[in-house]
Amino acid sequence: MSLLSVRGLRKSYGALKVTDDLDLEVAEGELHAIIGPNGAGKSTLIAQLSGQARSDGGSVRFAGAEMMGKPMPARVRAGMSRSFQITSILPAFTVLDNVAVAVQARDGSSFRFLRSVAREARLNEQAMQALAQVGLQDRADLRAGSLSHGEKRALELAIALATRPRLLLLDEPLAGTSGAEAERLVEVMAALKGRVTLVLIEHDMDAVFALADRISVLVYGRIVATGTPDQVRADPKVRAAYLGDG
Amino acid sequence: MIRALRQRRVAATLLFLAFALLPIIAAAAGDPYLVIVATRILAFAIAALALDLILGYGGMVSFGHAAYLGIGAYSVAILSGAGVTDLGAHLAAAVVAGALFALLTGAISLRTRGIYFIMITLAFAQMAYFFFVSLSAYGGDDGVTLAARSTVLGRDWLRDDRVLYYTALALLVGLYLLCVAITGSRFGRVLTGTRENPVRMEAVGFTPFRYQLTAFVISGAMTAVAGVMLANQASYVSPAFMNWHRSGELVVMVVLGGIGNLLGAIAGATLALLLEEWLAVLTDHWPLIFGTLLILVVMFSRDGLTGLFRGRRG
Ligand SMILES: Nc1ncnc2c1ncn2[C@@H]1O[C@H](COP(=O)(O)OP(=O)(O)OP(=O)(O)O)[C@@H](O)[C@H]1O
Ligand SMILES: [Mg+2]
Repeated sequence: MSLLSVRGLRKSYGALKVTDDLDLEVAEGELHAIIGPNGAGKSTLIAQLSGQARSDGGSVRFAGAEMMGKPMPARVRAGMSRSFQITSILPAFTVLDNVAVAVQARDGSSFRFLRSVAREARLNEQAMQALAQVGLQDRADLRAGSLSHGEKRALELAIALATRPRLLLLDEPLAGTSGAEAERLVEVMAALKGRVTLVLIEHDMDAVFALADRISVLVYGRIVATGTPDQVRADPKVRAAYLGDG
Repeated sequence: MIRALRQRRVAATLLFLAFALLPIIAAAAGDPYLVIVATRILAFAIAALALDLILGYGGMVSFGHAAYLGIGAYSVAILSGAGVTDLGAHLAAAVVAGALFALLTGAISLRTRGIYFIMITLAFAQMAYFFFVSLSAYGGDDGVTLAARSTVLGRDWLRDDRVLYYTALALLVGLYLLCVAITGSRFGRVLTGTRENPVRMEAVGFTPFRYQLTAFVISGAMTAVAGVMLANQASYVSPAFMNWHRSGELVVMVVLGGIGNLLGAIAGATLALLLEEWLAVLTDHWPLIFGTLLILVVMFSRDGLTGLFRGRRG
């Protein structure tokens, strides 16, 4: 059974078909990587799946329910969470509060006006757990804006995790990281594998081939191949369209 | 963060203590006029505080907040004219009317961002202005002089300038504490998050509009309370209360004092009105001096006056 089932998804910017009649099935529990050259439409696809961008047509079914037309917050509450290719955090908030606000979003109403939120231990404990998962527990009290780039990437992931998604859409989580930072994030994703269904967009091929159960190759808004890492590596179309030119 | 909050508590205590002692000092100095000026300061401080809630915490630059001063002031004039003189009734009417106007105009304004938001709030305030100009029963352009100040429990206690002053101070302190609680609550955290990065807030499951509109309504209702006090202080109500200059002055007060920490708005209102009083005595060209001062404060401290006292942000 597919957790995510995408049919005939379309989107154009002017004459440019960025998502061109795209079909995609993601099974519950799998780590499904999507690779493709720059400008292939990967981030746009994530934006459409998450509800951030409007689609021109098609269907996005998540856990059996149609998501088309639902805004991003509704999809998040339904269990689809995403991270951003360009880090999107709350810079003036502490690292802990960045994550605690995500916990708060799924923990009861936020139309509470008088009680101090900083003292809500339950929110902070769960936020600390998410931070510990990505190795940021020592940074909890710092301003998020003051973190290093690699730490911000880890925070981005922790925020997404704190929403407790069933499906996590990760848009180049390793972007701009290197060495130990990248390794750490790959470890985090490896640990998530099987517990959360993951759609991973990533340019780092070592990471992709190490982590993915299946890989889809996106070129000019179309999926040109889907399969296990070995199948995709061997696919001549893929070699021509993508792997060959790198 | 925690240190900054503690510093604010100390500063707030000192500031409110100074306000509490002011009538005593004024009496000792034989200057009863000071209490009247200070009541006006308190009313504007309430309005600036309310504006800071949405401007400083919600990132919503309302350029039409004087409309709520007018709505509050006319609540007094209209109810008094109908024979209802009770302060509680005046405040309740002002809060309801202010909240409704904010709900209506906020629901539309908040569909836009940035400069368009500023312009739409201004446009709505101008509509309110011209509505009251056309109200000939209440003096139209000239406004209307109040027969008497609001009553409390049927008594005219507020006739005493000092009682009116302490009533305004009690309202300011109460609303300040309310704003401190709101900004430190779940709601306040979401509101601040929508200022910082609305897309991020959507991506964790919040719909920013709901929180922004709620804050806008709270702010409108609070500003109408300021209007009630202002009408009582002046014993007079006119459309000039909601002039767009006034909306600009409120923004200036908040920026001067330092946005997004509540106490700054109160300090900003105090300083702006004191400077207006003092500089106007010195020279007709006082806005020039005032403008220069504002530029200096903003240039040297992004956090306004509060930033100058606190030093640089840690
Ligand atoms: N808002 C927009 N308006 C117009 N064109 C856009 C917009 N967003 C993306 N595009 C175009 O759509 C195409 C796909 O962009 P997208 O960001 O989805 O690619 P990508 O596969 O994520 O690339 P990268 O690997 O560089 O992140 C690109 O040609 C891009 O220029
Ligand atoms: Mg991209």
